[in-house]
Amino acid sequence: MADEPKPSQPPESSKPDGAAAAPAAPPAVKNPGTPATLGVPKAAPAAPKTPPPVQIPLDNELTRRYRERFGATILDTLEDRKQAYLVVDAGQLTEVARYSRDQEKFDLLEDYTAVDWPKREKRFDLVAVLYSFPHNIRLRLKIPIADRQRISSLVEIWPAANWLEREIYDMFGIEFAGHPDLRRILLPDGWQGHPLRKDYDILKQDTDWVRENLGIESGQ
Amino acid sequence: MREEGTNQNATLLGADELVLNMGPQHPSTHGVLRVKLKLDGERVRGTECVIGYLHRGVEKIAEHRTYQQFAPYVDRMDYVAAVSNGLGYCEAVEKLLNAEAPPRARVIRTILTELQRIASHLVWLGTHALDIGALTPLFYCFREREEILKIFERYCGARLTTHAFRIGGLQYEAYDGFEKDVERFCKDFERRIQEYMDLLTGNSIWIGRTRNVGVLSAADCIALGASGPILRASGVKWDLRKAQPYAAYDQYQFEIPVGTNGDTYDRYLVRMEEMRQSRLICLQAIERIPDGPIMGKVGKVLKPPAGEVYHSIEAPKGILGYYLVSDGTTQPYRVRVRPPSFVNLQAFDKMVRGHLVADVVAIIGTLDIVLGEVDR
Amino acid sequence: MNPTLEALLHFLATWWVELLWGVVIVAVVPLVAGYVVLVERKLMADMQARLGPMRVGPHGLLQPIADAVELLIKEDIIPDNADQLIFWLAPVISMVAALTSMGAIAFGPTLQVARDINIGILFVAGVSSLGLLGIVLGGWASNSHYSIIGAMRSTAQLVSYETAAGLAMVSALLLSGTLSIRAIVDAQRQSGVWFVFLAPMAFFIYLVASIAETNRAPFDLPEAESELVAGYMTEYSGFRWSLYFLGEYANMIVVASVATTLFLGGWLRPFPNVTWLSWLEYAPAVLMALAGGYSIYRAGKQPVAVQTGFMWAVALACFAVAVLFAVPRFVAPLNFVLPGLNGAFWFLLKVSAYLYVFMWLRFTLPRYRFDQLMHLGWYILIPLAIVNVVAVGVAMLLENAGWNRWVGLMVTTAFTLGTALYLVHLQDKRNARASSAKTDVLPGNSYAG
Repeated sequence: MADEPKPSQPPESSKPDGAAAAPAAPPAVKNPGTPATLGVPKAAPAAPKTPPPVQIPLDNELTRRYRERFGATILDTLEDRKQAYLVVDAGQLTEVARYSRDQEKFDLLEDYTAVDWPKREKRFDLVAVLYSFPHNIRLRLKIPIADRQRISSLVEIWPAANWLEREIYDMFGIEFAGHPDLRRILLPDGWQGHPLRKDYDILKQDTDWVRENLGIESGQ
Repeated sequence: MREEGTNQNATLLGADELVLNMGPQHPSTHGVLRVKLKLDGERVRGTECVIGYLHRGVEKIAEHRTYQQFAPYVDRMDYVAAVSNGLGYCEAVEKLLNAEAPPRARVIRTILTELQRIASHLVWLGTHALDIGALTPLFYCFREREEILKIFERYCGARLTTHAFRIGGLQYEAYDGFEKDVERFCKDFERRIQEYMDLLTGNSIWIGRTRNVGVLSAADCIALGASGPILRASGVKWDLRKAQPYAAYDQYQFEIPVGTNGDTYDRYLVRMEEMRQSRLICLQAIERIPDGPIMGKVGKVLKPPAGEVYHSIEAPKGILGYYLVSDGTTQPYRVRVRPPSFVNLQAFDKMVRGHLVADVVAIIGTLDIVLGEVDR
Repeated sequence: MNPTLEALLHFLATWWVELLWGVVIVAVVPLVAGYVVLVERKLMADMQARLGPMRVGPHGLLQPIADAVELLIKEDIIPDNADQLIFWLAPVISMVAALTSMGAIAFGPTLQVARDINIGILFVAGVSSLGLLGIVLGGWASNSHYSIIGAMRSTAQLVSYETAAGLAMVSALLLSGTLSIRAIVDAQRQSGVWFVFLAPMAFFIYLVASIAETNRAPFDLPEAESELVAGYMTEYSGFRWSLYFLGEYANMIVVASVATTLFLGGWLRPFPNVTWLSWLEYAPAVLMALAGGYSIYRAGKQPVAVQTGFMWAVALACFAVAVLFAVPRFVAPLNFVLPGLNGAFWFLLKVSAYLYVFMWLRFTLPRYRFDQLMHLGWYILIPLAIVNVVAVGVAMLLENAGWNRWVGLMVTTAFTLGTALYLVHLQDKRNARASSAKTDVLPGNSYAG
């Protein structure tokens, strides 16, 4: 899977941080006119001309309120194909979530999932999709976290996160602090490995588990 | 009962309580679902759902297929309402491509999706009634469903896992007589719905089994993420087809049925009314299907620009969401399916506490879960 | 001669009719019950827009035979820790109770099955309720936690509704003044109208109670497949299970017969003593001829030749039976079979109608939850039955005091109906109160798991 930023990528912000273009744009340097600071380090295809990037920085009332409230925690505010998302630092996730639910009225946690970018330093992107019934708008929160980094659970704020976080733990191995019952949900309890990670091969199985519990040799 | 914040296998066993295991093979769990009930005599004091028996790794597979190749996999998740799954996926990829299906395709998609909604609700009604003991509605519902499946078969060749839509529009033109078939079905269906309502709605045994069973308040619904008829029966008048219209829904008039108590009886009424409204949408749609192409301008090889998109639709069971991350190649980088049944099933514990064992079956039925979607 | 042999021969000479009837019951009733099952399956299919058994024999007519053979050749599985003797005994008790209670039932004025006992109805009701023992022993002997719970539930249900049924029977017995089956039907003949018109509330109470007695829907929670706690029959398979199953259907026939005898006039034609309606005496033959005619009419509409032939065969059979009914009327030496033949026809017709209502309710109504079932029995049916007994008694007193019989009975029926509505109203209020009260649930994180 091509997940390295190609050299043809527009210049990074003033903080070069290795191969992974982590969305660390210092707020002071924010220049709405620059299409350079991208939240997602995605490759342009190896075609002669680069297609215009679809992530554009977003600056509206909502994002301004968030930035005022949280400052540096909001690492980036972007819009991709007319869908807004905030890149949020993991440290203050609970506060951001609580603010979102209480002040901004995002009362529904529509989805909570993760994406694995193995070449990045902060390997995982936790993605929370929030929906507000009163305002009828949707907002995505993206939280980049590193491997083995524990992140606080959102169960206290949106009880819907209970099983959603269990599935993230099951598939990616991300642990949530404060989750009442963090164990595997879709895979059997004794399974080793987290399948949706990119280093888990598509044909791979936990052969020991299969041998012990099913009595057969797992084979594809 | 359970220690906070542990990762160990939690057990429900207490000193003088009975743990009753239901499933994974059981006539009433509508699939391979295992429910551990912690009972105090006849009353349920706690539950634990064990899922994953139908986990097939669909999201992992998606990363190794092209966008078009993945479309048939999507049908197999909620296999009772395959057309809806297809609609959500195709529209999500179209959003990713910044493309749009032409108007004719959108209208035909709407008609087929609404027929699928009726079919899905018919399965729900038949099996739910069967669990509660009414043997006959099942056969009537499947007789109606047969007509819908015949329409699907004539349209795209398959009855259950239809793969009816393509990214960018439709592959098949509406066949000769499509409008007539749909119209004939819809005209006949009003009488049938009335038949089911006559059998069940005023029946005091039915009311006794479903009233005040599995009550879920509106605040709980939203907090737990429950959506679809469950949310509407709890009093929240919200439907994604009206809030953020997709396909051709903004062109049609239909009502959003709302319940008051949030109990099983209200969910039954809401779904019955939804079938009626779907029928009305179909009738409105077939009156004027616009002419034009059925396939939009998307290339043969789909390489969406890098980025991500989230698109959700109102599937028969709730909010069905697709979160697609593209890395600019022909294969998606990540496909996440937000299944309505998975999130709705979380509400099961809250709904069933304090009820009798005989109500457990009714509550599982009213949640209308499909394990293919829960487990993916 | 050897005195033992002499005693034996004397016994046989006195009791040979009853013994023969016993053999006939044991041989015939399971077969009849099997065919009642087939009729039920066909009716269920018809109400569910499908065909039912069609493969085994024409239109599935050999289905019961096939089922019986299948059950007989099945492996006999006995749970490990089950009590062997009781496990063997329980279905036998159920079956024996059902079959024995048939001994006192009369199909016609001279056609009682075994003998006309002077406490006929009491005998039937009492012996058939011995089947309860079979249920509770079966559940207990299975040595399974869930079986015993199912058996206890079944027993509780049966006992409760037995009370209501008994009280409903008492109302009819008040009207007839005797327990003997033949005398009860005679009383109906003398009053010129079936007891169902004189005591309709009693009939309906008995109808509901008898559905619960036989574990039929909507009272079949202990047997339902989709319920969690399996019934007492779980550990039984093969022939033992078929004993339970046939016992249940034999029980159905018994309660239908009791209801027919007590309320529907037994073997009497409609309006038994009314002379200007005596042309109804020809009804059996006419009805069978009409059935034959309808068969011929349907034969023309069959899609397949085989089915056409089958309908013609049915028509022929109907006509043959019609002839059988008609001939004794016109052939003087055969006149003596008339009462028995006609009586049997009307009796079986009424029993079939009663069973049809059973089946119809099974396919239409959902199932009661167990607590709702018990509430219905104890809070509504039993008080109503008591009130009804008192009401009928009052009506009879009024009749003795000179009132017109009908007026007295209408007044008391209206009173009982009013009581019924009041009891239902009380139940609704109780339900509303119960649902608003919060039941105790576990505190803590109820969103988990």
